[in-house]
Amino acid sequence: MTGPALIDVEDLRIDLNLGSSRVAAVEGVSFHIDRGETFGLVGESGCGKSITALALIGLLRRPLSVGAGAIRFEGREIQNLPAVEQRTLRGNRIAMIFQEPMTALNPVSPVGRQIAEMFVLHGGKSWRDANRLAVEALASVRVPAPERRVKDYPHQLSGGMRQRVMIAIALACGPDLLIADEPTTALDVTVQAEIIELMRNLCAARGTAVLMISHDLGLVANFCRRVAVMYAGRIVEQRSSDDIFRACSHPYTQGLVDSLPRLGSRARLGRSRLREIAGVVPAITNFPSGCRFNPRCAQATEVCRTTAPETTMLGADGLVRCHHHA
Amino acid sequence: MKLGTSLIIGGLLFTLAIVVGLLAPWLAHTDPVMDANLMNAEEPPSWMWWFGTDAQGRDIYSRVVYGARISLTVGIVSQLVNSVIGVTLGLSAGYFGGWWDDIVNGLTNLMLAIPSLIFALAIMAVLGPGLTSLLIALGLTNWSFTCRIARASTLSLKSQGYVQAARVLGYGDLRIMITQLLPNMLGPIIVIGTLGMGSAVLAEASLSFLGLGIRPPYPSWGSMLSEARDQITTAPWLSVFPGLAIFLTVLGLNLLGDGLRDILDPQSRSRRT
Repeated sequence: MTGPALIDVEDLRIDLNLGSSRVAAVEGVSFHIDRGETFGLVGESGCGKSITALALIGLLRRPLSVGAGAIRFEGREIQNLPAVEQRTLRGNRIAMIFQEPMTALNPVSPVGRQIAEMFVLHGGKSWRDANRLAVEALASVRVPAPERRVKDYPHQLSGGMRQRVMIAIALACGPDLLIADEPTTALDVTVQAEIIELMRNLCAARGTAVLMISHDLGLVANFCRRVAVMYAGRIVEQRSSDDIFRACSHPYTQGLVDSLPRLGSRARLGRSRLREIAGVVPAITNFPSGCRFNPRCAQATEVCRTTAPETTMLGADGLVRCHHHA
Repeated sequence: MKLGTSLIIGGLLFTLAIVVGLLAPWLAHTDPVMDANLMNAEEPPSWMWWFGTDAQGRDIYSRVVYGARISLTVGIVSQLVNSVIGVTLGLSAGYFGGWWDDIVNGLTNLMLAIPSLIFALAIMAVLGPGLTSLLIALGLTNWSFTCRIARASTLSLKSQGYVQAARVLGYGDLRIMITQLLPNMLGPIIVIGTLGMGSAVLAEASLSFLGLGIRPPYPSWGSMLSEARDQITTAPWLSVFPGLAIFLTVLGLNLLGDGLRDILDPQSRSRRT
């Protein structure tokens, strides 16, 4: 690797201010994404993956705030930049698409105008040029008859079409990093596959790095080169996606892998039930001491209940945070 | 009432008032101010004098036609001023929150607590009568409802996905307010504005009736009513026709406002589909 990573998160802590007290919703999160790389962040609801993404683009709002750590974009710390400079990063260098394509588009504005606005805002183009570029952008996300579709309002488009429009908006200015927060969760499975394929092709062609956030380990492992698994505000394991199914070491990751349904496995193993992870995610104000997974962990021992495990590096791409890693 | 009926009737009445106001020089039979002739004072309505004549022998019809200009100017301009003030304050207060929100809220509550006509009277008393001071007085006293609506809409729209998305895409605060929030709250603002126009027409009539608005001899419906009140038993047509003009214009604006609400209110829209 030459030069600094595209984005480098080091020991990030995100505080939740509850008036009198302050709890760390995310703690000790470190990862980096290289130029053009795909990186996945997996975890269940409330584990802190979405607020980590919001921290990256500087949009944490009260009561959340960055408590400690550093976020570097091309080697430059960006979490304390003035608002104006952060804004020129957003949309231009770092873009984001959302889970809900139904609500992420302005209902009273034609979609073509919403795409064109990006070219005007960040590209300094005239409206005439921007409108022409918007048609091209719609064509690039494979919307049929783009020159007619630009005049449509969001309610006239299907969910998959709207997500395509969102991708067109996000990629309009050729960002270096695309954050995709559950980009396909609200879509049908067939449409999901199309959208994932589209994102893969577009980002590969343009050299855009992707941070994909999802609860769907299978999807992320399929799309990304490296995967980090988050649990209760910490990254518990990080692997290349080739390894995550074969060689995961953290009991939580193992639990996630076991809970994925696989074709033919039922017949082969003679098992009729999917395995589940017992228990529920601890409340943010009431994280257990020691390893945060210990109340739900089958392998937990005394040391897990008292001491938080340190991260152990596993080769170049992997790390795990467990006392008992293999 | 069937959906759209009030919209059509209200729209027709309002359009009629505007057309009459615009075409006043061609529709009027005589000059509303200069053509006084004591020879035909207080003539009742007839083929010659459609709406009769007043104590100075001026044609009431011509004066009502010209009066539309003043009433509508006051109604439209002062409500525009109200809407601009209300939306600016309400939108920014809802968007930024904090101390600015507290100030705007306090100011709104203050305006709601003072009867707006009394406040307008006070402003008129300071500025003196006349069209300009009438516009200022009515334009500064009726923005509180618009402000409330704009602030409430902003608060609910602020958490919408597309507003968040716009922030993520690097939109500035002003751009978010103008391109994302404003167009989405325009429906209720237009409805309130139309209804407010009706009350501004009424307020103009009231102030002119009290002698603080448009002064005689210029024809405003309110000042005509004011002049006519001594002859209400001997020459009722002096008050009936300006009163009818006020009534129809305000009725038209209120019906139009109701009709627009039926179309623009998302709740009634989803009921229909």
